[in-house]
Amino acid sequence: MIESLGQTLAYGILVGALYGLVALGLSLVFGVTKLLNVAHGELIMFGGYLSFWAFSMLGLDPFLTIIFSMVGLALIGVLLYKLVFSWTIKFSEDVKIKNTLLVAFGLSVILQNLALRFWTADERSITASYTGVAFTILGVRFPAVRVISLVVAAVCLIALQLFLKKTYTGKAIRATVQNWEAASLMGIDIHKVYLLSFAIGAALAGAAGTLVAVNYSVMPSMGLEWTMIALVTMVLGGLGNIPGTFIGGLVLGLTESATSFYISSNYRAVAGLVLFLLVLIFRPQGLFGSKEG
Amino acid sequence: MANNKRNATLIFFIIAGIVLALLPLAIKKDNVINLLVLFLLYVTLASSWNILGGYTGQTNLGQAAFFGMGSLVTRLMWIGGIPFPISFLTGGVVAVALALLIGVPAFRLRGVYFAIGTLALAQILFITVGNIFPDMSYNPDLANYQIVTRYYLFLGLAVLTIGSAYYLVNSRWGLGMMAVREGEEAAESLGISARKHKLLALTISAFLTGLAGGAFAFYHVSYYLYMPFGAEWTFDPIMMAYIGGTGTIIGPIIGAVFFVGIKQFLLMNVGEYHLIIFGTLFILIVLFLPGGLVEVWKRLQNRLSRSKNHERSNSSNTTNH
Repeated sequence: MIESLGQTLAYGILVGALYGLVALGLSLVFGVTKLLNVAHGELIMFGGYLSFWAFSMLGLDPFLTIIFSMVGLALIGVLLYKLVFSWTIKFSEDVKIKNTLLVAFGLSVILQNLALRFWTADERSITASYTGVAFTILGVRFPAVRVISLVVAAVCLIALQLFLKKTYTGKAIRATVQNWEAASLMGIDIHKVYLLSFAIGAALAGAAGTLVAVNYSVMPSMGLEWTMIALVTMVLGGLGNIPGTFIGGLVLGLTESATSFYISSNYRAVAGLVLFLLVLIFRPQGLFGSKEG
Repeated sequence: MANNKRNATLIFFIIAGIVLALLPLAIKKDNVINLLVLFLLYVTLASSWNILGGYTGQTNLGQAAFFGMGSLVTRLMWIGGIPFPISFLTGGVVAVALALLIGVPAFRLRGVYFAIGTLALAQILFITVGNIFPDMSYNPDLANYQIVTRYYLFLGLAVLTIGSAYYLVNSRWGLGMMAVREGEEAAESLGISARKHKLLALTISAFLTGLAGGAFAFYHVSYYLYMPFGAEWTFDPIMMAYIGGTGTIIGPIIGAVFFVGIKQFLLMNVGEYHLIIFGTLFILIVLFLPGGLVEVWKRLQNRLSRSKNHERSNSSNTTNH
């Protein structure tokens, strides 16, 4: 009993860290640009496919392919921002949120169908030579791949936090989050900040894509599912609150693993979404967010 | 002038309705009738989405939830032996109940909450219904299946939807809904309850969408019960409404004609690319042409009449000299 509880807990934390990374890019982009990119799941899918390519063609270690997915997605992010999202900056805030939502939807339809052309509808996944390896502590099993994923996710979060707190560019991004008008009066180029945030957000989606390809699988129709996971995680942690996404991820991961264990793994995703609706209704600022979410 | 225009539109709709009503007498090909059924279904979905999304400004990303719910309830009751009209109406009512369940709390919040809340709702139902009913649902009474009956049901539903939308937007409530869309604070300051108007628009929209689901359940001989909960039943109607022009009666209809027509054309010529083309067109319209094709038409008309006026004033100038 204690062991199964421990296993549920461990699994929830391992999955939760991955979810935190899945939501990290979305949260950054939303926080900075007030742009809700519901094509985030499609970006994750592209990251997963790039990793799959690097893995199967170059024979790299699965976790090293993250370089390809991050750089590739950063480029795709720049392209998408320049071609599509930069046009939405001119709208007023209310209209902007709605229009970016719609634009991102159009984009998700396009990306999904492009993926179908490039990679067919087959499910693909990356299997490392050490995929089966696991170590056991106090009767609780820790799969190696999951543990490495947790480390990767944590490194991404810490690197992003350091970048935002310590560098000049990071401070410019945070200034823009607080008040873009004042920031622009202080000589910060808002368009550059938006572009950079979008590129970083996409690169983080790429990293998440690698982890998804290693731990689960990728296919063209996966986007919406992962967008929902990212949205749920972000809302649980508080909109635009970057460290909060990891807490949101842990809450979601634990909810899912408890549901799988006590109810049925078929309802894993449903439990997360129901939790999400309840939070939207009763605590829209997020579980741990401040009132001004 | 405005009255003339309104009469002309009305006459156009009546003629179009009569033509569509007489069509099954002339056309006996099932594939043409099936295409028309699809078109009428899309008109219903895009127009009912437009009542809430176009006229009231609330982006509903969970229309598939209402469509699927209407279809699920109708199908289970009807296959279970309850007369179709009762099952059909119950489907619509249950869809409304579901809509209020999410709408009442979500409308208390602003911005994206309604959109992502409805999106989550549709996804929950898609997964849950797929878990509970994983098998194909068959119509046991195949011998009595008649496509023409289905066709008239869809035609009636499309007429009901367009009629309700038309009646609504020309009423006091419709004006209130548009005021809410243009600015909630301003509307509230004039004594218009934003919440009430949003809930009314949601109720009507969900009821019509639920009925469309019921008609879908009546039409299909066999289908997976979770299929109408799929996200494409939300996205396709939204794309149609935007391509045609949101916040107009004719826009979603034009969008549906365009969507079905181009889809057929592209499927024959370039295969799977049609959704890529639609997605691109949709993005371009949201970014650069918020009024859709209706707006293009209006601008063309304006330019024509302006150049005519210009000529007239030029010629009068020359006579004065």
